Amino acid sequence: MAQHMNLTLKVWRQKNDKTKGKFVTIQAKDIADDMSFLEMLDVVNEDLTRKGEDPIYFDHDCREGICGMCSLVINGRPHGPKYGITTCQLHMRSFHDGQTIVIEPWRAAAFPVLKDLAVDRTSFDRIQQAGGYVNVNTGGVPDANTIPIPKRIADEAFESATCIGCGACVAACKNASAMLFVSAKISQFALLPQGQTERYERAQAMIDQMDAEGFGSCTNTGACEAECPKGIKLSNIARMNREYFGAKFFREEDVHTHS
Amino acid sequence: MLDSKVPAGPLAEKWSKHKFNMKLVNPANKRKFTIIVVGTGLAGASAAASLAELGYNVKTFCYQDSPRRAHSIAAQGGINAAKNYQNDGDSVYRLFYDTIKGGDYRAREANVYRLAEVSVNIIDQCVAQGVPFAREYGGLLDNRSFGGAQVSRTFYARGQTGQQLLLGAYSALNRQIRKGKVTSYTRHEMLDLVKIDGHARGIITRDMVTGKIEAHEGHAVLLCTGGYGNVFFLSTNAMGCNVTAAWRAHKRGAFFANPCYTQIHPTCIPVTGDHQSKLTLMSESLRNDGRVWVPKTQEVAEKLRQGQLKPADIKDEDRDYFLERKYPSFGNLVPRDVASRNAKEMVDDGRGVGKSGVAVFLDFADAIKRLGKDTVEAKYGNLFDMYYQITDENPYEQPMRIYPAVHYTMGGVWVDYNLMTTVPGLYALGECNFSDHGANRLGASALMQGLSDGYFVIPYTVGDYLANLGSFAPVDKNNPAFEQTRKDVEEKINTLLSLKGSKTVDDIHKKLGNIMWEYCGMARTAEGLTKAKGLIQELKKEFWSDVKVLGENEELNMSLEKAGRVADFLELGELMVDDALNRAESCGGHFRLESQTEEGEAKRDDENFTFVSAWEFQGENQAEVLHKEELVFENVKLTQRSYK
Repeated sequence: MAQHMNLTLKVWRQKNDKTKGKFVTIQAKDIADDMSFLEMLDVVNEDLTRKGEDPIYFDHDCREGICGMCSLVINGRPHGPKYGITTCQLHMRSFHDGQTIVIEPWRAAAFPVLKDLAVDRTSFDRIQQAGGYVNVNTGGVPDANTIPIPKRIADEAFESATCIGCGACVAACKNASAMLFVSAKISQFALLPQGQTERYERAQAMIDQMDAEGFGSCTNTGACEAECPKGIKLSNIARMNREYFGAKFFREEDVHTHS
Repeated sequence: MLDSKVPAGPLAEKWSKHKFNMKLVNPANKRKFTIIVVGTGLAGASAAASLAELGYNVKTFCYQDSPRRAHSIAAQGGINAAKNYQNDGDSVYRLFYDTIKGGDYRAREANVYRLAEVSVNIIDQCVAQGVPFAREYGGLLDNRSFGGAQVSRTFYARGQTGQQLLLGAYSALNRQIRKGKVTSYTRHEMLDLVKIDGHARGIITRDMVTGKIEAHEGHAVLLCTGGYGNVFFLSTNAMGCNVTAAWRAHKRGAFFANPCYTQIHPTCIPVTGDHQSKLTLMSESLRNDGRVWVPKTQEVAEKLRQGQLKPADIKDEDRDYFLERKYPSFGNLVPRDVASRNAKEMVDDGRGVGKSGVAVFLDFADAIKRLGKDTVEAKYGNLFDMYYQITDENPYEQPMRIYPAVHYTMGGVWVDYNLMTTVPGLYALGECNFSDHGANRLGASALMQGLSDGYFVIPYTVGDYLANLGSFAPVDKNNPAFEQTRKDVEEKINTLLSLKGSKTVDDIHKKLGNIMWEYCGMARTAEGLTKAKGLIQELKKEFWSDVKVLGENEELNMSLEKAGRVADFLELGELMVDDALNRAESCGGHFRLESQTEEGEAKRDDENFTFVSAWEFQGENQAEVLHKEELVFENVKLTQRSYK
């Protein structure tokens, strides 16, 4: 049978973006080890609700590690103590009876807290809006197989495209840099033939928007890569830097000779 | 009798002719129209982007913090298209035929044919956007066979096709946001539909962060809000998926069709306890190599449940590979409804496995022997890891435990061939509508339908409606309908906030889920459904008298968000039961125990039930009125599905 445990939670509570927040201690009792971390919070919230106290607000949706909506810094680690998973995939068997768990929101100037553990990540959307696309309209495109792509390139582009936009990279970074997130999208398109025509313009526009949103700069500590639930590689940032400098020297028309 | 507005003429020419016959809006006039798109999954994002590209002004709304998070993102397996790149006999007609048959002859022929027809354009579009589909070494696109199809027509991006397709549509949407043609409202929930002179002319939303109730006007409203599987509380849907937008539109006059058609997916990770918040799907592709079994006897099953025996201890002759035994030609690859029902039968027979006894095995031991661990890992590694994270059991060493779970709803808002609901100017796209999957959806067809509706159908049909309006005038924001509807919404919120009983919203939602699962799940009877109706009515009373809703409107308030959604689920649940009760035949995912063949398969009653049930709301707590759309099959012959 499932093992049960009692835990002490130190949870960041904050009414909204205009008020100051603080850590509040809450006891989580009789938690089964086969619950997910968010189910543990559900149980705590049901308890709070029965007592007429405001439940802890946290972002979550798919609960299977793909939508990128869940967040949480758990005992100092974005998405908790395990590697390669999101908070919603974390289970209580990773904790033990009597443990104290500190739960905080993502902390970054570009991710203001909305309430408790939920933050505003629309800065990520605005970066994508700046250039994270290929300029094609619906219809009038060639047959899919007229654009052959070597499998190695397609696989590499796919690896970059697996980013779920959760923001753990920003939360992990001491500078709150968004370079891993931005570089993943720039890399996907820099690798694929479909992305070539706007390759440099895209890199420039997305990086400019990233800076405008107030994300920090990269000092190559690699914390982002270590905490990324999807294993996005630091080499994406190197590629992004090449694209960015490329943008200073080349125009899209040069792509065919310099790619 | 409802008019589906299916154009006349041969099946293969209907859509082409219809496209020509529809009126167009002059490019210079498109910018005078505003279109509201609710939901930003595959259907919503693709529709919004495509309409904005044409020149319309578009407003999008989603409850998530970003359009990219819509639950389309969680689709794993793939997307079908009749490209016939594999030269294995596929064609538009075959995809059409498979979909009609898979839906157990309860879908509209013309819609399904159009779906198959435009499926080929979807793949071209996605590739042009930079969607990284799986490829062969020669650089061309790879395909696989999926969900028992006898051709390889499924395009995929490892185990996350949904995410890659949605990010493609999201990128197209972002491009239009940047251009100022789309205004995106995130963390906004649609709470009502505004009608002026019978036409949809706007919506009322709640800003979930500030609580502000806002009116938005538009010349047309597109509901792209997904399915209603969360009526069962436990499902593979995301936590936030809900029926509220569709249901409130229903209460403003949009008929709701075939609500009882729900898909129970056979391969999900079983429930562990009362704390369970959602169920996780294991991709159907696992059935390509995994073998489904339970012990032959109840005694052995009991020993397994007690932990006195391990699966590996059980000899082959003591195992019942029940799908292979009953369906020798399709084996473990029978359609979803058949696989699910058989798993339930085994559990009901006392031969279920796992501590709870509510599971069957999906075993990879033979596949590992045949292909080697490395090959199995390359094919299914990410799924095996996901299983391990959740269960703490290693599927390379012991069989997976699986059990069916609610996954998709084929029913939804009734639409005609143009995707228009019974409210002029109101459309429903993707899972939100009812039109293409009949009584059972085939694997890899949901993504296809969402994108087909959004990229390639609605841009034409909405134009025809707007061109026929005969006016380019903006919608009058000061029309009293906006103020009145906003008041209705505020009143409802205030009523919810005044509820200070003893039960949490989840308490009620879980109870509703249990009722639905027990009586309106994989097997249904007149007796059970009648009982369920009474139980839901009691539960509804309990909700409105004894639920506790905390906080205030002017804040992020999950208690209030959930309460509004569960109030709607309670009403929908009752309609689902009515619909299931009315349909005294079995078809696809709707299995009435009273109507089965001698071998225990779903037995249709074509003489009496070859129609779509479309329900019309009559007022609070009043019985809804049933309208029928006769299904006419001019091209396929109705047969008993057989997978033996």
